[in-house]
Amino acid sequence: MASSIRVRAIANGDITEVQTLIQHPMDSGFIKDDKGEFIPAHYIRELTFEHNGKAVFVADWGTAVSKDPYVKFAFKGAAKGDELKVSWIDNKGETDTATFKVQ
Amino acid sequence: MTTFDGDLPVTRRLVLRGAGSVALAGLGIAGLGIASFHAPEALAAANDKYPEDAFKQKDGTEAIKRLYGRPAEPSDKIKLDAPEIAENGAVVPISVSTSLTDITSIAFVVPENPNALAAYYKIPQGTLPSIANRLKMAKTSNIIVIVESGGKLFSATKEVKVTVGGCGG
Repeated sequence: MASSIRVRAIANGDITEVQTLIQHPMDSGFIKDDKGEFIPAHYIRELTFEHNGKAVFVADWGTAVSKDPYVKFAFKGAAKGDELKVSWIDNKGETDTATFKVQ
Repeated sequence: MTTFDGDLPVTRRLVLRGAGSVALAGLGIAGLGIASFHAPEALAAANDKYPEDAFKQKDGTEAIKRLYGRPAEPSDKIKLDAPEIAENGAVVPISVSTSLTDITSIAFVVPENPNALAAYYKIPQGTLPSIANRLKMAKTSNIIVIVESGGKLFSATKEVKVTVGGCGG
């Protein structure tokens, strides 16, 4: 199965800029479907980025993060070719993990 | 505060959690004056896991209180970028950066949403205090960003007018 996570991590000197897109419905639980029934909440709660086993960015999300979430951040200390491990877990316990190379 | 340097994540977490509960108990008994030295540690421990309770709050002020235990003071050193008018409340691009130093966390609060706290980001040492993300807005609301700097809380606020609400995307 294709990964739900897409990451572009680009090193520029000591700073690596990381852009992430994740495929996820991020259902808030406040929206009704065609039959007038609430669509149960289904959203990513925790998204973690690790470089050399060290967490460089941790996102805790609620239901107000948009569908197919996008997030951008930057950190120091990575070099081109280093690996960045990205993982998420949602409120239903579903998870995904992927590893990306810093470019 | 160097809470998330992560050299020994698991052990450190356990240690901090333990220290945190002791310090929290201290806060309750001794009051802010005496126990304030321990306060950052207590909060760091509390913030190390998913802040379930804060995410459930309907009220923005209450969400911030549950997340950090105290209010924030406005700062002009925080740059909050958001559109004046959002035509689609389901996807509102919001970014923040700050010249404040020693940042340990950044939180986004949308008080008019069904649940006020939208996102909470932990910023370990070595990560820049600059984040862009996309949030849902049910209707016109202020966006409040909270920046935790050196154990203190600072905020910036901007109103975004929403023409079509999007609490569900």
